[in-house]
Amino acid sequence: MKYTAQDFKSNQEPRWCPGCGDHAILAALTRALPVVCEDLGYSKERVVVISGIGCSSRLPYYVDTFGFHSIHGRATPISTGVKVANPTLSVWQATGDGDALAIGGNHFIHAIRRNIDINIILFNNQIYGLTKGQYSPTSKLGQITKTSPYGTVENPFTPGALVLGARGTFFARSLDSEMKLNQDVFVAAAKHDGCSVCEMLTNCVIFNDGAHNFISDREFRADRTIVLQHGQPMIFGKDKDKGLILENGKLKVVKIGEDGITVDKLLVHDAHCEDNAMHLMLINMKGPDFPVALGVIRDVAEPTYDDRVRDQLAEVKAKAKITCVDELLHSGSTWTVE
Amino acid sequence: MQHKVIDTQDVVIRFAGDSGDGMQLTGTLFADASALYGNEISTFPDYPAEIRAPHGTVSGVSGFQVHIGTSGVTTPGDFCDALVAMNPAALKANAKWAKPTATIIIDTDSFDEANIKRAGFETDDPIAELKIEDRTIVAAAITSLTKDSLKDSGLSLKDMERCKNMFTLGMVFFMFNRPLEYTDAYLVKKFGKKKPEMVDINKKVIRDGFNYAENIQAIANTYNIAPAKQEPGVYRNINGNQATAWGLIAASEKSGIPLFCGSYPITPATAILEELAIYKNLGVKTVQCEDEIAGICTAIGASFAGNLAVTTTSGPGVSLKSEAMGLAMITELPLVIVDVQRSGPSTGIPTKTEQTDLNQVLYGRNGECPICVIASHSPSHCFDAAFYAAKLAVEHMMPVVLLSEGFLGNGSEPWKIPSMKDYPEIKAPVIESCEGKFQPYKRNPETMARYWALPGKAGLEHRVGGLEKNTAGVISSDPENHEKMVAERAEKVARVANYIPDQEVLGPKKADTLMISWGGTYGHMLSAYHELKEAGKDIAMTHFDYILPLPKNTAEIFANYKNLVVCELNSGQFANYLRANFPQFQFKQINKVQGQPFIVKEIVDGINKL
Repeated sequence: MKYTAQDFKSNQEPRWCPGCGDHAILAALTRALPVVCEDLGYSKERVVVISGIGCSSRLPYYVDTFGFHSIHGRATPISTGVKVANPTLSVWQATGDGDALAIGGNHFIHAIRRNIDINIILFNNQIYGLTKGQYSPTSKLGQITKTSPYGTVENPFTPGALVLGARGTFFARSLDSEMKLNQDVFVAAAKHDGCSVCEMLTNCVIFNDGAHNFISDREFRADRTIVLQHGQPMIFGKDKDKGLILENGKLKVVKIGEDGITVDKLLVHDAHCEDNAMHLMLINMKGPDFPVALGVIRDVAEPTYDDRVRDQLAEVKAKAKITCVDELLHSGSTWTVE
Repeated sequence: MQHKVIDTQDVVIRFAGDSGDGMQLTGTLFADASALYGNEISTFPDYPAEIRAPHGTVSGVSGFQVHIGTSGVTTPGDFCDALVAMNPAALKANAKWAKPTATIIIDTDSFDEANIKRAGFETDDPIAELKIEDRTIVAAAITSLTKDSLKDSGLSLKDMERCKNMFTLGMVFFMFNRPLEYTDAYLVKKFGKKKPEMVDINKKVIRDGFNYAENIQAIANTYNIAPAKQEPGVYRNINGNQATAWGLIAASEKSGIPLFCGSYPITPATAILEELAIYKNLGVKTVQCEDEIAGICTAIGASFAGNLAVTTTSGPGVSLKSEAMGLAMITELPLVIVDVQRSGPSTGIPTKTEQTDLNQVLYGRNGECPICVIASHSPSHCFDAAFYAAKLAVEHMMPVVLLSEGFLGNGSEPWKIPSMKDYPEIKAPVIESCEGKFQPYKRNPETMARYWALPGKAGLEHRVGGLEKNTAGVISSDPENHEKMVAERAEKVARVANYIPDQEVLGPKKADTLMISWGGTYGHMLSAYHELKEAGKDIAMTHFDYILPLPKNTAEIFANYKNLVVCELNSGQFANYLRANFPQFQFKQINKVQGQPFIVKEIVDGINKL
């Protein structure tokens, strides 16, 4: 391989709190980027990392390539501009649940709708960390924070459902501590032509410690999550003895070997299915009745915005009569004064 | 009655009707025909914000004023020699603009009881109520005449009615002795391929209107406006928004940098985005964004990646873009922000013109954030202003605000087509490689501009962003470094003064009074200046295209005049800016904030009263 993780580490020391989940995501990204470059033929200087504002948005400083740390909520349009201006770049965006889903919510859904070929890493710690502990659009209903001393009175977003609602073509979910899965998810996102959203459930040790404990606890993790893989049956559990089936149009957790259930009766994950109904059901699964779905949940090929821009430019250029500004100025009605 | 043909230097015609009556088209066709005939022209559309405001009401009246002349046409004219009023509301809204000697053409078919009431008249005689009985009123049943003219055309009754503006155009063509051939050519171009039958239908209606006007003998005088003595060359008609778009494309061609425009539609700037969207063949990329903020942010992203980036908007859009303008300023990326000003604050009067965004673009951002501001002064000048805005942005690595106005964006005038070979080079400070680690805020010692290191160039990897950094591009909250960076960014903008032309004065180098102005008031100021000059006033005028920084010789000029009078379409924003810059001088003011351009007389009277 041309690069190692070390090549993508900048000389800046990450300033995240000790124990913050962001460290692990940075590590997974710097390990994934050499693979991305190898598999897709990118050289390091063609990787660009863009961010908005928040703890997660510090990430560009720690990756040794071109980076842009912008303003709150606006990483998405800046990424869009970079990609449209130079489609040969591999564009990565680091953002958080506040940056992408609150102040930047409008840009987030429209980038997804346009299917612009950027890779969005959405750090979801369900809290505002940099401003020291206010609730975010993904904080649980009733959560007590500095701005909700009696508990929040608003429902949170499920980011994956929002992505699908905006006709997203790629959605993956993972946990900060799943180092290997995270690398795989990032590589899959890079390989997807179009807007990829990777929701990383991260732990904020200071202001929302243990927010994801129900699923991240090592003792229960295998039983409370399911790692989906395209073409593989939906099996989970410490003993790989549980699975998912569809019954009366709804998902159901079953035990292999009970009630005549065998592996071949389980659902097989189809990430490439254009119809997003099953993906939505998988995204919406939550404990205690269901495992939380991790891995690449949706990965559907559709033309990208940047490709269409490029094609249209070529098409119009091939047909147009005006080829330079002097011709433009003389186009239409003119008259000559002798 | 035999009508008289009067030779005259210039006339002003105002077309007014319901917003669905096609008055903008009628006015444009009249203006184009006059320009092609060789007259000087200046136009000004005056239309309501609603696409189809309540039918027959004063708020739904759409107007289009055309000033044509042999020479010296610098404004769309104050008061009109001919007024076309397609309904009572149009007459009510526009009678005040008709000269005492004016001819007024009305469509009597629309002057029924209901329409007269809808227009808010208290009596059933609008002419008497408006006290315009002494004008020459040409009362013609235009709608019925149009239907008669087209009874064999096969058109539906409704479609026939829609042609009444063409019948009116024919009448006005007769009145001002306009040749019909230019409009014929337009019709062939517009309908020739898709609806060839409409070519003959429209030609017939125009001719029937023309002949009708000749036959009724109600028009006492017709006018001859001889073609202007113009400089030899190839001419075209151009409006300000189109010229702005083309100037940006020209800068893209000169610099060899592809043009990128991120925008959100907003009156009266939308036409720039629409125009740019056409020219994909010239490499122009346009992204119609989800909002104003995304408009500027996609442009900033495109600039980071090496495109010539532009965002186009009006005042409310600038408010939304302010934070991102600060980002472009601190990351020192080239960007042109076009503000086609309209009446404010807030939504204000969206379709009306004003110069009230000057304070906003000069001061409307957090932190120490000076941004270069330049202004266009006529529809065709928008081309040069856009070209030079882009040139400064790219060569000095900074955002530049280009102030236009609704009056300029929608107004049009003939333009002697320039040649691109006469425009200067645009050299972007793009860096290909460097020794050691690239320092993003290392500067060119002359311009103070940093270097443009594009993603994709090995060895130039670096980070920029909204956080304060040191020269090496590392985040720094060091107090001394911050002050140094603030000073360097300000100095870079100040040094633009070394790269712009000296301010010029029209008239004597020393005099009693200096008229001072900027932006779209240029034509009116020029007319007022000539009028005052002819009346024997000891006066000069100077008009600013470069606002921040101001030309270096500005104070030197001001020192030569006793009275410095700043005329502008706001409450004194430029005057206050000059006071802050030149506390040694006293500035007087002439202001207007009505959403309307100056009337030349207002400026002349204002100066005389001082």
